[in-house]
Amino acid sequence: MNQAESTRQINDSIHSWVKPKSRVLDLGCGDGTLLAQLHKDLDIRGYGLEIDPDSINQCVAKGVNVVEQDLNKGMANFADDSFDTVIMTQALQAMRFPHLVLDEMLRIGTQCVITFPNFGHWRARAYLTLRGRMPVTKQLTYQWYDTPNIHFFTYSDFEALCRERNIKILRKQFVGEHLLDRQLKNLWPNLFAETAVYHLSK
Amino acid sequence: MTADISASSVGLVTAEKILIDRPLTLACGVVLPSHELMVETYGTLNADKSNALLICHALSGSHHAAGVYAEDEKPGWWDSYIGPGKPMDSNRFFIVSLNNIGSCFGSTGPTTINPASGEPWGAEFPVLRARDWVESQRLLMEHLGIQCWAAVIGGSLGGMQAMRWALEYPDKLANSIVIASSMKLTAQNIAFNELARRAIQSDPEFCEGSYLQNNTAPRRGLALARMIGHVTYLSDELMGQKFGRELRSGTFDQGEAAPIEFQIESYLNYQGEKFSGDFDANAYILITKMLDYFDLSREYQNDPVQAFSHASCDFLVVAFSSDWRFSPKRSREITDALIAAGKNVSFAEIDSDQGHDAFLLPNPRYEQVLGNYLSKVADKLEGAA
Repeated sequence: MNQAESTRQINDSIHSWVKPKSRVLDLGCGDGTLLAQLHKDLDIRGYGLEIDPDSINQCVAKGVNVVEQDLNKGMANFADDSFDTVIMTQALQAMRFPHLVLDEMLRIGTQCVITFPNFGHWRARAYLTLRGRMPVTKQLTYQWYDTPNIHFFTYSDFEALCRERNIKILRKQFVGEHLLDRQLKNLWPNLFAETAVYHLSK
Repeated sequence: MTADISASSVGLVTAEKILIDRPLTLACGVVLPSHELMVETYGTLNADKSNALLICHALSGSHHAAGVYAEDEKPGWWDSYIGPGKPMDSNRFFIVSLNNIGSCFGSTGPTTINPASGEPWGAEFPVLRARDWVESQRLLMEHLGIQCWAAVIGGSLGGMQAMRWALEYPDKLANSIVIASSMKLTAQNIAFNELARRAIQSDPEFCEGSYLQNNTAPRRGLALARMIGHVTYLSDELMGQKFGRELRSGTFDQGEAAPIEFQIESYLNYQGEKFSGDFDANAYILITKMLDYFDLSREYQNDPVQAFSHASCDFLVVAFSSDWRFSPKRSREITDALIAAGKNVSFAEIDSDQGHDAFLLPNPRYEQVLGNYLSKVADKLEGAA
């Protein structure tokens, strides 16, 4: 399985959790691929928030609604429960205050879908343990000094945070690229899943 | 004079004076039995007349938005963005640009003759609102046989018209492109307009607006009004870069008594002087008031979300980082209200040090956003044809 396949699996999960014709906000929407798919398949009314000029251009070219907004400066401009689903894929680890972003997502959306790389994956653990260096893997490709991923956390950390803040985990799905991971990801996700998709509500 | 016309220019253009021979009831209650509009068009209207863009000018704009005249090589005011292969692509769109009533470039306004008196309208020209421009544009639209604009586009006061179109005639436009604009002016913004008006009215040659009849011209007042405006359209940063503290004449050397003139003084005086020969003082007063009075959601319980719920077109909102006269905050308010109203909208805040004037000037990112958006609009039209 390659990265495209794991992206497909993640998107399939998101598709099955988003209601047709609902209002969707995608935080850090990138080039708008996910929103374009959701619009095509489920006729959603979607908006993406993004700060990268090239990504914004690509969204506009696709006809995806995109709003230039820095998530680290807050989302007070969105009313409580103004969206059915708030999505954040692979961006929580890059937020200045992930716990506050999570609170905001649950304030704005009735439900949230969130995906992030698992720093507890065995490859990352092995990298740090054996080499004594911060992991640089296929998923975590940056050096420690230039990474946008300023918070490293594991699934166990994330679930502990959800318990602490009374966030309900409605569903979760684990995605692993390699054969070993795929066989063991559900048994021991914190060690064998590279990416998980969480479906949350208040 | 032979103009140098590049491949990305619409080339030589001519303006046409169009008589709108139908009554126009203004918001103030006055009825203009007929009115004239100066109009330029670029590109070709397609068979089903669906590829028309309407350009809405701002305070001092005219119908001359692109290309050049045979006798004057200065290109139109939005030439950077209108032409073959440009964001407003004249190979794909039929672009309509007019001089609105109350302005002074040949359309019915303070400098044209009031048929009732046989004299120029002058200060007697009726008070205007942005909706009056929209109404006049709709009559022009009928005259041209266009059922629905592919997009209505404008910056500043032009953006206000683009928004008003979306609320007044939701089924007559597919897209509204609102650039460096606002749903209403702030107190500071109104204050600057009042400074400009007072500068004009304080000129003894203003003659309470009857300068045409008196064969005078309040050029000093109008120049000062423009100088005030001009300062607010630029950013501190850009002025610093462009002029700094450079001297045009004189010196600070000890023992020198010759008068000193900074470059910025000379520049502003030149801009004011030039403008006072091109524009009409009564029109400046009339149109700044139109800006001040604009309030998109006044008749919708002051609720922008309720206002925009009447729209059915898609929106593109663009702002510029250093624009403090129409700050990016104002554009975010527009965007937030559109999202809350469930309308399709994209918003980009373009990094620029050019202040409010940025909407007129070349900027690669602005070009890309506008180009990508309009190219999608054209794709849709051409796919459907």
